[in-house]
Amino acid sequence: MRSDIAIQADGVAKQYQLGRLGGSYDLLSERFGSLFRGRRNGQRRERFWALDDVSFEVARGETFGILGRNGAGKSTLLKVLSRVTPPTRGRVRIKGRVGALLEVGTGFNMELTGRENVFLNGAILGMRRSEIVRKFHDIVEFAEVERFIDTPVKRYSSGMYLRLAFSVAAHLEPEVLVVDEVLAVGDAAFQKKCLGKMGEVTREGRTVVFVSHNTGAIENLCQSALVLEHGRVVFRGGVKEAIRVYMTEVLSTVTATSLSDRTDRGGTGALRLTSFRVEDDAGNAAVGARTGETCTLVFDYECPDGQAQRNVTASFAIQTAAGAPLILHRTNFTNDDFELVPREGSFRCTIPRFPLVPGSYLLATSVEVRGELADHLTVAAQLDVEPGDFFGTGHTGVAGHSPFLVEGSWSVSDST
Amino acid sequence: MSTKLETSRGQLEPSAEARAQDVPEHHEQDIRPPGRFSGVGLREIWAYRELLYFLTKRELQIRYKQSYLGFAWAIVQPVALTFIFALFFGRLAGLSSEGIPYPVYALAGLVPWIFTSGAVSGATSSLVVDANLIGRVYFPRAVIPAAKMLALVIDLVVAFVFLIIFAFAYSVDLRWTALYIPLFVALNFAVVLGMGLYLSALNVRYRDVVVAIPLVLQLWLFVSPVVYSGALVTGWWRYVYALNPMSGVLTGFRWALFGTHFPGAGPLLVSAGTALLLLAGASLYFRRVENFFADVV
Repeated sequence: MRSDIAIQADGVAKQYQLGRLGGSYDLLSERFGSLFRGRRNGQRRERFWALDDVSFEVARGETFGILGRNGAGKSTLLKVLSRVTPPTRGRVRIKGRVGALLEVGTGFNMELTGRENVFLNGAILGMRRSEIVRKFHDIVEFAEVERFIDTPVKRYSSGMYLRLAFSVAAHLEPEVLVVDEVLAVGDAAFQKKCLGKMGEVTREGRTVVFVSHNTGAIENLCQSALVLEHGRVVFRGGVKEAIRVYMTEVLSTVTATSLSDRTDRGGTGALRLTSFRVEDDAGNAAVGARTGETCTLVFDYECPDGQAQRNVTASFAIQTAAGAPLILHRTNFTNDDFELVPREGSFRCTIPRFPLVPGSYLLATSVEVRGELADHLTVAAQLDVEPGDFFGTGHTGVAGHSPFLVEGSWSVSDST
Repeated sequence: MSTKLETSRGQLEPSAEARAQDVPEHHEQDIRPPGRFSGVGLREIWAYRELLYFLTKRELQIRYKQSYLGFAWAIVQPVALTFIFALFFGRLAGLSSEGIPYPVYALAGLVPWIFTSGAVSGATSSLVVDANLIGRVYFPRAVIPAAKMLALVIDLVVAFVFLIIFAFAYSVDLRWTALYIPLFVALNFAVVLGMGLYLSALNVRYRDVVVAIPLVLQLWLFVSPVVYSGALVTGWWRYVYALNPMSGVLTGFRWALFGTHFPGAGPLLVSAGTALLLLAGASLYFRRVENFFADVV
């Protein structure tokens, strides 16, 4: 292993038995039962490779990103790197102390005070006691919870809790830092602080392995990256190229959310929607909408009888994941009804400054032809909204208090 | 895409020169599939002693948060049981207490027993309770059940001091053999740690264990000389009886304090042997399966 290499992974593979994942476990009766039913029962368990022949190296002082969709094996890889779980095959060599940040606040206990939790959590994350004593003041100050440090954390607001938990983690000083999707939690200000601290960490020359869905964060922080797909490395190299590969891969599946095979639909069928996708401002396919940025919802359609259709009204509705209505938009609201549509094509609705805050929403859609419902899907697709800068100020609103963001300007007038 | 993959893999093959520049071993972590035998891992537990300290402290802090009696509970439980046992077994059943007042006799058995049953049952569920820690951070997993035991050592000390006062109150004199107490306490620790490690690891896989543990402890109580005298067992049966290491711990403990029945060197060695075998076996088993706790728990 070269001296300028901090992490070297060779052919790492991890196998899980299906049915064992996610907290399932054996009951003795199962074991004894299989004795009677014969050996074959035991082999029926399906195995799958969460990681398969993963090799890469990370240079010392580098910030290395891991990209991949849910289930691609990112978390498993981080668990192997942080020694939480051993690989089934292969080998990883890491130079120096590894700090793993797979979750903010691991081991925090609600009954204990802030002070007690700082020491406990610090020890769990691998800090020496003397180190925690030395940094205690900084940790508490960074978290802005000085007044409540001797209060049980069960009395903390969720924001205070997260700030304290993150603050402990942020003061960890291992040679190699492994960070999971911790940026996904908390409000925007917290995320910013988190990113800032990560930037500091890398400027100090520490090696960081960083997993995120936030391609923006990856691009800002990482020099090189790895793209995982079904547990395999599909790309390894520069961060810009990695993001491109990742986006192409994501988009290939986004367009694959085809609507043509769906049978849970209503209407006469004079016109059928075949697929749905989102495009960004530049007309490129996107994973989802972005708060505050222009996006275009694109619905491809075809007319099964091969005829062009007249008097077409298209509409879509956006709901929360729980089904509460948020937005309804119809072509007739804006006098955009189509007088004549070709037998195959796409309806596009462009929304400037998309107003919904980040999250996952449900999209419903329907099309009427000459006043008659032609196609209708109550849940056509999932619409993901990613964080963006709606106000142009970097402030993204207060989570949980405003599902929509709207323009507005403030002023004060003098009535004395 | 596939050509890109091949080239990137080609670069990853370390050259002979690269190997020659290896940095010193102790700086490097080598993560590989676990082998079958990996030792007991005492050195690693030593390296994580501060975590053990904080986990033990956590147990103590949580146990007596918002509690009025606090550490007094360490005394309340054995004393309450002592008087119940004294009534039923001492008065009504008339069990022998070898010439010393039955309450003192029973308490001397209950103090180590309550520590043992509390620590074993606490340890058994400990890994599952801390599943979140196991899934997120690496550390030698044995510190979790060990912390459960250590937290109860404080209670044991409190209860032991009370036992001495209790004995004086009943004008029972202590013998010089009380100097042997640490030996029997050490044996008791070995039993608790052995059982705790084994059952906690087993419980990760089979949740039946935590359900069965109250029954097991109840049965264990009756095959151990807590409420009755170990002198009831005679002849060669003593050796069979000594296979339960707690029989050695409890009889020895009482003998050392009050000069009651001495079980004999042979049975004591059998108890010590079983305890150490249990501890060694449990440690090896624990080491072998602890790698996979995160996948199963």
